[in-house]
Amino acid sequence: MSPVLELDAITKRFGDTLANDAVTLDLGRGDILALLGENGAGKTTLMNILFGHYAPDAGEVRVMGRALPPGRPMAAIRAGIGMVHQHFALAPNLTVLENVMTGTERLWRPVSDTSAGRRKLAALSDRFGLGADPDARLGDLSVGEQQRVEILKALYNDARILVLDEPTAVLTTPEAKRLFATLKDMAAQGLSLIFISHKLDEVMAAADRIAVLRGGRKVAERLRGQTTKAELAELMVGRAVARPVRQMSPAGSPVLTARGLGLRQGGVDRLKGVDFTLNAGEVLGIVGVAGNGQAPLARLLSGTERPTAGTLEAFGQSLGSLSVPDIVALGMGRIPEDRNHEGVIGEMPVWENAVLERLPLFSRRGLVDRRRAMAFARQVIEGFDVRGATPRTRTGLLSGGNVQKLILGRNLIRHPRILLAAQPARGLDEGAVAAVHRRLLEARAQGTAILLISEDLDEVMDLSDRIHAIVGGRLSPAVARDRVDRQRLGLMMAGEWENAGAV
Amino acid sequence: MTDILAILASAGLWAAVLRIATPLILGTLGELLCERAGVLNLGIEGIMTFGAMIGWLAVFNGADLWTGILVAALSGAAFGLVHALLTVTLGVSQHVSGLGITLFASSFAYYLFRLLVPVAGTPPKILPFQPLQIPVLSDLPFIGPALFTQTAPTYLSIALALLLGWVLFRTPLGLAIRMTGENPHAVEAQGISPVLVRYGAVTAGSALMAVGGAFLTLSAFDSFIPTMVQGRGWVCIALVVFASWRPGLALLGALLFAFFDAFQLRLQTALGGQVPYQLFLMLPYLLSIAALAVTARRARVPQALMQPYRRGER
Repeated sequence: MSPVLELDAITKRFGDTLANDAVTLDLGRGDILALLGENGAGKTTLMNILFGHYAPDAGEVRVMGRALPPGRPMAAIRAGIGMVHQHFALAPNLTVLENVMTGTERLWRPVSDTSAGRRKLAALSDRFGLGADPDARLGDLSVGEQQRVEILKALYNDARILVLDEPTAVLTTPEAKRLFATLKDMAAQGLSLIFISHKLDEVMAAADRIAVLRGGRKVAERLRGQTTKAELAELMVGRAVARPVRQMSPAGSPVLTARGLGLRQGGVDRLKGVDFTLNAGEVLGIVGVAGNGQAPLARLLSGTERPTAGTLEAFGQSLGSLSVPDIVALGMGRIPEDRNHEGVIGEMPVWENAVLERLPLFSRRGLVDRRRAMAFARQVIEGFDVRGATPRTRTGLLSGGNVQKLILGRNLIRHPRILLAAQPARGLDEGAVAAVHRRLLEARAQGTAILLISEDLDEVMDLSDRIHAIVGGRLSPAVARDRVDRQRLGLMMAGEWENAGAV
Repeated sequence: MTDILAILASAGLWAAVLRIATPLILGTLGELLCERAGVLNLGIEGIMTFGAMIGWLAVFNGADLWTGILVAALSGAAFGLVHALLTVTLGVSQHVSGLGITLFASSFAYYLFRLLVPVAGTPPKILPFQPLQIPVLSDLPFIGPALFTQTAPTYLSIALALLLGWVLFRTPLGLAIRMTGENPHAVEAQGISPVLVRYGAVTAGSALMAVGGAFLTLSAFDSFIPTMVQGRGWVCIALVVFASWRPGLALLGALLFAFFDAFQLRLQTALGGQVPYQLFLMLPYLLSIAALAVTARRARVPQALMQPYRRGER
């Protein structure tokens, strides 16, 4: 059978960097191809060329054997290519139907045929099990639902080839599972799919074939049955990456205790009856699907919110009455969940972000001591391998992994007594995940008490000494890492912890 | 109290409301169109002034009244193109570009006026639009003199409000314009150029503003005075927010503001002796601020308003 889509020796250069170097790919009807690579490997550039956003310097894209004119999104749409962007190309203030219909009719028609649009949308929803209320305002939908609208929009344009750019980056684990079920169903109905990812698990779960990109070149292509996660990781990074292994070490004395902790907002219990003890020199994992109370817990610990019930004490001192700077001064380091919104200010240079959290330490007589701040920033950049950064680099230009190293560095250099790490490796590629994990374990070995909030089972099992599950604002009893496996943790995350064997 | 009732019962008040509203309707529609595509146009005050001047000047030099309107529209379109060039193509701050256009267009209007019109004791006059006699309707008691003694541009402005409402909410083009104001990347992803949409909307919107200005010299009055726009442009910007970016509500808002204005003019004469007239002048603005405070909090601002669009960047 001839391929539906061929990318033939695509080369694209931006200035001195070769973003794509003679990349060749093909896709058959009903295929699911995963494009695997680290951030910056050239995946997104390649897909933008496919979709006509960029014109390649050499090579061509063929759909059903016919070459597409380069740099013309409209031609790609007409040829049946649909793109599901990572940052959805949708408007929150418009309805689902309006979002889907934009640009699908002749622009100068005196009236838009919304009833035909409605029928077509309903037919597509039915066929692929992508339910969506056409009159709902898009901004009122959950992220998972919005992604379904983005997929429907591509299908509405009669796409036969769907390209999904990091589709699970914004989804919770159940939403991601549902997405992959939908994708398989779509492939079974004759659509061809490419999805971009740097997550080994999902590539192995959903793809038929896996193409690995590294440094702009296709370094390998494997059928799913003929490869392993370890091989793919090595191909992707270019060397064997091993996540660090946790060594057993005895925990120290308790530094942070919560008893009956509760937070009630707007008549809803965000947290209820939460008990835990965090000891020096250990990693306490809190695992759960996002939205089960992790964010309120992190806010309580960092002092941006006050508990409405129970006590929260660090070193015997109640956190309930302390301000955020007090808590930081007490020796609390924080790695916020949303690094780009809460962790750093992208418009400001690296050095300002490096000192922002502990400004009093870098001030003299009410003025910022720039020399000391700069020196500190350099120390962070060198000590934590923040690539592509000088103290004066605009922070927004750094990749996610390097931003995270900056945040880790500015906290860990000062040896915090407690480190609150919320989703520390979310969205990072394999190399950066390993680096972040190694740093966390080093801090643990030096006696820092680490509270790890994560929804990544592997991460929690790799790093934690003891694990709580968080479900609906309640915490399970802690279980020792050695006494659980994935299956049992999965049950705990679903709220079944009565028989989990608390310690 | 009887004074107030007498004012409300006079056909003259309602005729004045429509007359005062016309430039506001046109200006608000123009601004609304720009903002729906994601471009704030603070050039409005200057563009209205320039439209008032150039339309009048054309008629003063022998053109007919509709040609005067057309000349004003073209001048507005030209300023719109400049604003689009600066904000869409060059990505300059929309505030700065708009204020620059207002300062430039107002001064340039005055300069041209001084250059081309002989200095005289009283400003020179033209023969403005005359009220349109509509068979039957104009002869109705009360309703006739209250609503159907307007000039053609007033009826046109109301028709334009309905037309713009239709275009924005019923046609594929309108959807593309609204989407451009919400998320230009989505428009691009559907194969439409958000740059072209913004150029079109800003140019057409600015033309409407200039026509609103020209109404002042070609219909409401008969001569040009450099300060005659008197902040109407800024009122239009507030009215766009008041109207939640909807043409129908914009029409309503302009009429409401005009009602306050016409009412206070008559109150001045009725109660003139007892209260300083400046208090009445303030009234429409005070009431608009109150109305804005009530309605604008619910308004859904176009998400991409004031955000320059660059391809491939987010």
